[in-house]
Amino acid sequence: MGFPFWIVAALTIAGGMAAILLRNLVHCALALTIAFAGLALLFLQLDAQFAGFVQILVYVGAVAILVVFAILLTRGAETPKTEGVFSKTWAAGLVIAAAVFAVLAWAVLQSLPGLPHETGTATASVQQIGAALMGRYVLPLEIVASLLTAALIGAVIVALHEKKEEAK
Amino acid sequence: MIEKADQIFILLRNWIVGFLPAGWQTAAGVVLGVIGIIAVFPALFAISVLLERKGLGRMQNRLGPNRVGPFGILQPIADAIKSLTKEDVVPLNADRIVHFLAPVYLVVVAFMGFAVLPIGRNMVLVDIDASLLFYFAMGASTEVSIFMAGWSSRNKYSLLGAMRAVAQMISYEVPLLMSSVVIVMATGSLSLVKIVETQNQYTWGLPHWNIFTPWGLAGFVMYAIAGTAETNRSPFDLPEGESELVAGYFTEYSGFKFALFFLGEYLGMLSISGLGTTLFLGGWSAPLAALNWVPSWIWFFSKVMLSIVVFIWVRGTLPRLRQDQLMNFAWKFVIPMTLLNLFVAALWRFMGEGWLRWVVCSSLLILVYVVAGRTGMRRKNFGPRSYRYAE
Repeated sequence: MGFPFWIVAALTIAGGMAAILLRNLVHCALALTIAFAGLALLFLQLDAQFAGFVQILVYVGAVAILVVFAILLTRGAETPKTEGVFSKTWAAGLVIAAAVFAVLAWAVLQSLPGLPHETGTATASVQQIGAALMGRYVLPLEIVASLLTAALIGAVIVALHEKKEEAK
Repeated sequence: MIEKADQIFILLRNWIVGFLPAGWQTAAGVVLGVIGIIAVFPALFAISVLLERKGLGRMQNRLGPNRVGPFGILQPIADAIKSLTKEDVVPLNADRIVHFLAPVYLVVVAFMGFAVLPIGRNMVLVDIDASLLFYFAMGASTEVSIFMAGWSSRNKYSLLGAMRAVAQMISYEVPLLMSSVVIVMATGSLSLVKIVETQNQYTWGLPHWNIFTPWGLAGFVMYAIAGTAETNRSPFDLPEGESELVAGYFTEYSGFKFALFFLGEYLGMLSISGLGTTLFLGGWSAPLAALNWVPSWIWFFSKVMLSIVVFIWVRGTLPRLRQDQLMNFAWKFVIPMTLLNLFVAALWRFMGEGWLRWVVCSSLLILVYVVAGRTGMRRKNFGPRSYRYAE
């Protein structure tokens, strides 16, 4: 838990907070990109090279762009709301967020006594990840692949649906 | 003597670092490497810009710049002075912070890609195990900066250009990665240093470059197509088409920020060429075993500049592709061919040595290419155009 960890953690939290608090939607999306990059740096600090680089490749390179496209193609971000960025039911949201955080913290703290106290971090090299994906976890891999294909085809069908309705 | 010329930059760095106390030595070594990269690649950028303007001029039957120095050699210096002294105009409604950060982010991310390219024997800035993945992660981050540039200008044409550019780049990420995955499959490692070392062997004097195998050649062609589209070069440069969108996503940039975008685009070209030579053309290894006395970094830079010359040549020769044509090409032709290439590479590996695997793999690739190409062309009814929009 050295000095670089605190810097990266501060960057991630700042990005996340900015994503909630900023007025302009596209600025929020860009702040979220900074939070993603912060998470990738945290992965890299734990020597999880594959997870870190894939986080940048997928989240910063594709998901952030997707979020921005979704904003631009649906509502447009030119006029910020005049009533402020907080919703009316913020108390309920706070309670639910606290509950989810409590569950996650309980799950993490539960697993800690089980680990032997070791200073060296366990490295999962890309080769080991590949071998695990092709060996032990090949069925989840195939299921995820068919799920993604279904999502892709579904997206295309949903986008095409309107034209067929108008043609009638 | 030959080894000294080959390792001259490493020896220079070690000599300079030797003057510093022991605790500072690794950090100073890395800083010197970074300074080297920041010095060399913009110099190559200046040479490429000059080559492009003169080369395009010659292909279009005109001279190109010839006033600033003999044969226009000092033109990049004149360009640099001009862009430094031009007024920096930012539109009134533009989003100032994002407008400022977009070219900065582009140049930062473009330079990061160079950190993992093996420029010579033992000459790589950072030797990561998953360096190919790092390179592609940096390449994918370029799209964010293009979107930032197009959106922050508050200009409908810029936004349109940015959307087109991002859509094109996302579509061509897939063939780019898939044609590189074939190399990873054949080598067994994601590390670029190991990929070059595997190609550095010679049989009967000819090298084991990946381009000299059927799947390597097909992969190289698809990598070249995808790389041209990733860097928005002609014939895929509709987003910055000079006759359609003024300058696309960097319309509203002037002066030094425009120069930064220009630098970022050419650095992207050099970077993609560098990765292409590492993966397919053997990186720093010499073409014939007899030519090993030439320093390895000279081979690397020659191959990169050769790729740049091919980029410029293609730009001067082929007409521009329309947006839907380029998307069709990516999704309906190049991606199936890359998947087939994966299959062919696996077949190559499991067939064992001998002439049979050459025949089978080459004929499979050529057959599918011809059949798919002809089928794609046949179903084109050249009547009035009909559009299907995604609502």
